[in-house]
Amino acid sequence: MDTAFFIETIVKIVVILTVFSALAGFGTYFERKILAFMQRRLGPTYVGPYGLLQIAADGIKLFTKEDIIPAGVVGPIFKIAPVITAATAFMAAAAIPFMPEFTIFGYTVHPIVADINIGILYILGIMAVGLYGPLLGGMSSNNKYSLISAARGASVFISYEVVTGLSILAPIMMVGSLSLIDFNNYQSGGIGSWMVWSQPVAFILFWIAAFAETGRTPFHLIANDHEIIDGFGTEYSGMRWGLFFIGEYANMFFISFVMAIIFLGGFGDGSALGALALLGKVAFLFFFFLWTRAAWPDVRPDQLMWLCWKVLMPIAVVNVVITGIVLMF
Amino acid sequence: MFEAIAFYLFAFLTIAMFSIAVLTSQALHAMTALAAGMIFISAFFFLLGADFIGVVQIIVYTGAVMALYAFGMMFFDTTRGVKEKNANSMIVFGLSGLAALMVVIIFVAPIVSENIGAFYPINEAVGNTQDVGMVLFTKYLVPFELAAVMLLVAMIAGIVLAGKKMDHSLTQMSEEEIELMRESNKKAQL
Repeated sequence: MDTAFFIETIVKIVVILTVFSALAGFGTYFERKILAFMQRRLGPTYVGPYGLLQIAADGIKLFTKEDIIPAGVVGPIFKIAPVITAATAFMAAAAIPFMPEFTIFGYTVHPIVADINIGILYILGIMAVGLYGPLLGGMSSNNKYSLISAARGASVFISYEVVTGLSILAPIMMVGSLSLIDFNNYQSGGIGSWMVWSQPVAFILFWIAAFAETGRTPFHLIANDHEIIDGFGTEYSGMRWGLFFIGEYANMFFISFVMAIIFLGGFGDGSALGALALLGKVAFLFFFFLWTRAAWPDVRPDQLMWLCWKVLMPIAVVNVVITGIVLMF
Repeated sequence: MFEAIAFYLFAFLTIAMFSIAVLTSQALHAMTALAAGMIFISAFFFLLGADFIGVVQIIVYTGAVMALYAFGMMFFDTTRGVKEKNANSMIVFGLSGLAALMVVIIFVAPIVSENIGAFYPINEAVGNTQDVGMVLFTKYLVPFELAAVMLLVAMIAGIVLAGKKMDHSLTQMSEEEIELMRESNKKAQL
């Protein structure tokens, strides 16, 4: 444990925290602009050029708003719930390789905080813990809409974790490792060697489950504005609500990185072009989240459960069995 | 030195969390503290180099077991404290103390008599996950498969018990159909 390693790790953590907190802000801007474009509206235009300063305006509003703790809530739990959402989102980022390793001033930098050899399991586990943000926030709020949202959140997260785990099992069997770096190196031979060609079913299943895990629109039941107000966020104000928001957007970015690395070749052979390609893939996957929001209605909770347990889970199991048979012979 | 700091930090945090879980009368506090304690326990596995077990600890206990507890608690008013009914606190105190003492003896006895040894030390050449897999699928294959069969039995039993009326979905039926079903249920009860 030398000092250089310590300083390097702390710098990496600070960079990831600042970059992705800022990206969450930019994500809202992109979301508004893209939704506006698809729905033939203008989106934010008044504040700054092309409405770009809207991010700053929203940030100032969130930071300076009064922090209200309503009477009747379970105080400590109510206060800690948004922190859980944001913290678990960023904790998951510790095992994601954001870029290929590069050398700067003769010092080789590995753009991954902790290269543990169980990276993918760790990410899935921490994302599973992310469930506690909406759950505790909803249960401590003393509000019936929040409670409904918490119940939905628990059922959706538990169900779709099954699909995520089973769908990712087939690629893990092919690579024979749980490290995301090994996943990337397995697919470093160009587009032809991408996992998505050999595991298209697993890719689609994981993609669908990613929408449920991040709570994005076709499965946006946890905070469905037109039935349960803002769900678990109803009683929150100011920066506590903002932390939920940052957590959701950071999760979208991180799960896009995970999908790009596991199925779409990651950063390839590790050249600068490969790094740019990874960012391009992540940008497309993030854009797809917004595209779906503009194009699709929400599904009902019972349809969501039906989809998970009667359609996606059997397909995932069959996919694992077929992969096993193919690998054996 | 860092290991010692981390060990004492997480030991303190784990004990503090589980104490809150036991001592509080507020159900939501107890649940949150229990979940946090489960996560802090995984830190010990990471410190020992057992990454795989550490992550499984987080996934299974915090992700699945605790989430099911939380799901069960949806049907209570969790914003109020629970009034506990203790008929005789001496019996509760004595029994729980005795149980704790038994657990300590069970774990300390082999350590004191130095009868404990690692049969399968960590193989540095392969990863932690492969180590667990090799032992699980050779020496402990039969218990592993038995556990799998038992879980399958439990799952099928759960589906049979819960799935009696699964072919009806109230959200997909029209009002008349629901009324018709209620009428027939009433007739069946009479």
